[in-house]
Amino acid sequence: MTLKSTLLGAVAMTALAPMVMADGHTGERGRDGQLNIIYWQAISIMNPFLSGGTKDLEAASLVIEPLGRYDENGALVPYLAAEIPTIENGGVSEDLKSITWKLKEGLLWSDGTPVTSADVKFSAEYCMHPEGGCAQVSKFNGVENVEAIDDLTIKVTFDDPQPNPYGPFMGAQSPIIQAAQFADCLGAKAPECTEANFSPIGTGPFTVADFRPNDVIQLEANPNFRDPNKPAFAEITLKGGGDASAAGRAVMETGEFDYAWNMQLAPDVLAKMAEGGYGKAVSAFGTLVERLEMNLTNPSADLPAETRSTVAEPHPILSDFKVRKALSMAIDRELLVEVGYGQAGRPTCNLVPAPALYASENTECFAQDIDGAKALLDEAGWTDSDGDGIRDKDGEKLSILFQSSTNAVRQDFQALIKDWWNQIGIETELRNVDASVFFGGDPGSPDTFQKFYADVEMYANNFDGTDPQAYLSQYRCGNEPKPSSQWQGENINRFCNEEYDALLDDLAETGELEKRGAIAKKLNEIITKDTMTIVPLVDRGRVSVASNTLGGVVLNVWDSELWNVADWYRIKE
Amino acid sequence: MLNFTIRRLFLSIPTLLFISLVIFLLLQLAPGDPMAQVPLTVPPEVKQKMREALGLGAPIHIQYIKWLHQFFVIEPAVFIDWLTAHSFLFGWLPDTQLSLVLDEATGEMVQRQRVISWQTRSPVMDIVIQRMPQTLWVVALSYVVGILIAIPIGIYSAYRHYSLFDQAGTFITMIGFSIPPFFTGPLLIVIFSVSLGWLPSIYDTTLVVNDWATFKTQFLQMIMPVMVLALQTTAQISRYMRSAMLDNLNQDYVRTARAKGLSESVVVMVHVLRNSMIPVVTIIALGMPAIFGGAIITENVFKVNGIGQLLLTALFANDLPMVMTLTFIFAILIVLFNLIADILYGVLDPRIRYD
Repeated sequence: MTLKSTLLGAVAMTALAPMVMADGHTGERGRDGQLNIIYWQAISIMNPFLSGGTKDLEAASLVIEPLGRYDENGALVPYLAAEIPTIENGGVSEDLKSITWKLKEGLLWSDGTPVTSADVKFSAEYCMHPEGGCAQVSKFNGVENVEAIDDLTIKVTFDDPQPNPYGPFMGAQSPIIQAAQFADCLGAKAPECTEANFSPIGTGPFTVADFRPNDVIQLEANPNFRDPNKPAFAEITLKGGGDASAAGRAVMETGEFDYAWNMQLAPDVLAKMAEGGYGKAVSAFGTLVERLEMNLTNPSADLPAETRSTVAEPHPILSDFKVRKALSMAIDRELLVEVGYGQAGRPTCNLVPAPALYASENTECFAQDIDGAKALLDEAGWTDSDGDGIRDKDGEKLSILFQSSTNAVRQDFQALIKDWWNQIGIETELRNVDASVFFGGDPGSPDTFQKFYADVEMYANNFDGTDPQAYLSQYRCGNEPKPSSQWQGENINRFCNEEYDALLDDLAETGELEKRGAIAKKLNEIITKDTMTIVPLVDRGRVSVASNTLGGVVLNVWDSELWNVADWYRIKE
Repeated sequence: MLNFTIRRLFLSIPTLLFISLVIFLLLQLAPGDPMAQVPLTVPPEVKQKMREALGLGAPIHIQYIKWLHQFFVIEPAVFIDWLTAHSFLFGWLPDTQLSLVLDEATGEMVQRQRVISWQTRSPVMDIVIQRMPQTLWVVALSYVVGILIAIPIGIYSAYRHYSLFDQAGTFITMIGFSIPPFFTGPLLIVIFSVSLGWLPSIYDTTLVVNDWATFKTQFLQMIMPVMVLALQTTAQISRYMRSAMLDNLNQDYVRTARAKGLSESVVVMVHVLRNSMIPVVTIIALGMPAIFGGAIITENVFKVNGIGQLLLTALFANDLPMVMTLTFIFAILIVLFNLIADILYGVLDPRIRYD
């Protein structure tokens, strides 16, 4: 062999190497055998319309699919649809009142029957049935009519112009179910269809082989999946139960499982587990923001039940912008992230932290400024006149009741924030309420976050999908929880601002994305830095852990975490 | 004795009805909402609709009577239908259709509504039956293992009173008593799964034992949960065994037996042991309902998703029909095994007669 041929051979080898790597994750369906996933909240049901729980939505996303999903950047990707309808391609009408979807050709259900527009129409009927108690019915808000134009074409007509017409049939919350299987399960009969609710026939990469509620699900590759080379795994065992630390241990320390969902663990615990060497943490950021909500109304127990914590009684202390601003300035968000979330958090000053189009570049709250906060309180007339370390004004102490739900991280945050507020002369009383009561929404309970019988409260919230319109509309004047609405309503702060409401109206009529972005940013700034009604603390990402031998995992916060499970594969050693 | 048994059985009916009412009212009074786990992004109107779909709108007494009817009439009917249609034992009988009712609208026979879980929207009893094998395998086996270890320890500790063995036994049982399974469980996992890698930390409930390999897997995955639970049982029963033996060893009849020249093994293992078993058997019988109740903590630590884990998830999800049904089944078992313990006492001890 000459030198030349040897060299040529070497060149050829290096050129071939990437191809060999690529071959590692293409090939016939089911080549990689078994995949083990653990969800520490066990899955109860495979029908997302009957359960609002994230765990159930994500498990169902293995089996049933929507027309389109959001990818990891929040962009729309067609799944069962041939393409995403837009104004440009004519799929969305100019007046924003209708959207026309076209299905891919030749799609089959896992039982071998064809997927048609009748199934899509049926899925809408199923969820919109008035007696069904569908958990995702808000996805179908404003839908006037869903019609099947031909076998592959579906037209959704809305009552009003919808700048964001991607509510129905987009994302894990609005999948397509098979009309033939669910035909007898409409309305009040929905819960009777146990078989269908546990083993829906779907178009996704897997089908249910055995479903044990709140325990374990066994799935097999769907023989009729549209891509003949996917999924790479032949079987999935989706185990539920236990707690986050045990699930993390099973992936990172013992290697028994390949993927564990939603690791709500202290950063040091997660780092310690990663030393086990079997897996790594993956994180991504969505719209979940841990925030302080300021009560703009008076929660005093001396007031009668009809006016306590309602707009009739403005808050004696927090109605002053300077006090709210001082409360925010005293907080060191970097430290909060470090203590509570580590890799799974980053400081934020925004209510809408993502997608980039809607996220304001507001970072002024990042630096802690104790002296500035003190000066601001002096300016507002709160001074420590009796020398006890607590500021007062007109004989009233600057004292605040700060509540949150019971949760180790939140109690750490409460303690830290109490300390910072003490430094600027504010007395803080802490209180925590069990999460099932706090978020339970029982109008008879005095401890719900809606009733807000406290001055400041802390919790996290986010919005579905990528469009913040509905989320920002929560803070419209009149949408506050009040006795006449059975304490229902999302305007927790009892915020009321004419400019804000006018901008909301603008947003509802604007279809162009750039303009929507500009309006949403302005709205976000009004409610955060301009008025300090909502004081964002931490942008909370999602952390999951994946085995080092599991390839193709792309953590997605805009849709189901298992959105691309068809592309997952085993990395060969 | 028969009279006594029948009288007690009849008396237990009002007791159980009263228990069911108390459980129901307690659950109604307890704070919480089945929609609490639904994300905040779901609007309140939708949650209200979902609550109504679960039947939460009905007045309290209607909800209670509905549950009683479902539990005492429809569930047994479903069971009888299953027995006559599918079971090995009664499958030869003509199929009954007790649980079906004619639907006026369609003219078809449809199933009457059973006790439905709010989390899964499926019949509670089906899930309970599905969970039973896991619980019985792990919890019942640990009970048996615990008893088998405890009795010899108790006997020998009493026989060699204050010996080194007795002191060590007392020490270990005190540890077993005082260290909770949420500590011993993870400790064992860290040692045997994480460090040594010998045993799996997560129990596979789907495993079907059909050959030696699967039997070995089943054996390996059961070691840790069974040992954690057996430690508790051993601690408790060996203490009872020891004190019962001590009571009897000082009795006059033991001295008589020895004076007659019987060997020590006969004295201890026949005369003393038999008499000492009377209170211990009662204790064992009273502990039986706990087997069916599962072991909430241990099941969760090892992911043996049995009855205990089912109860815990139902409590967290405020799944009232599930919690109500499970706690009531436990109540039935407790009443039943109390009765069995009383009867056993009469059978074992001729001095006790109920009639």
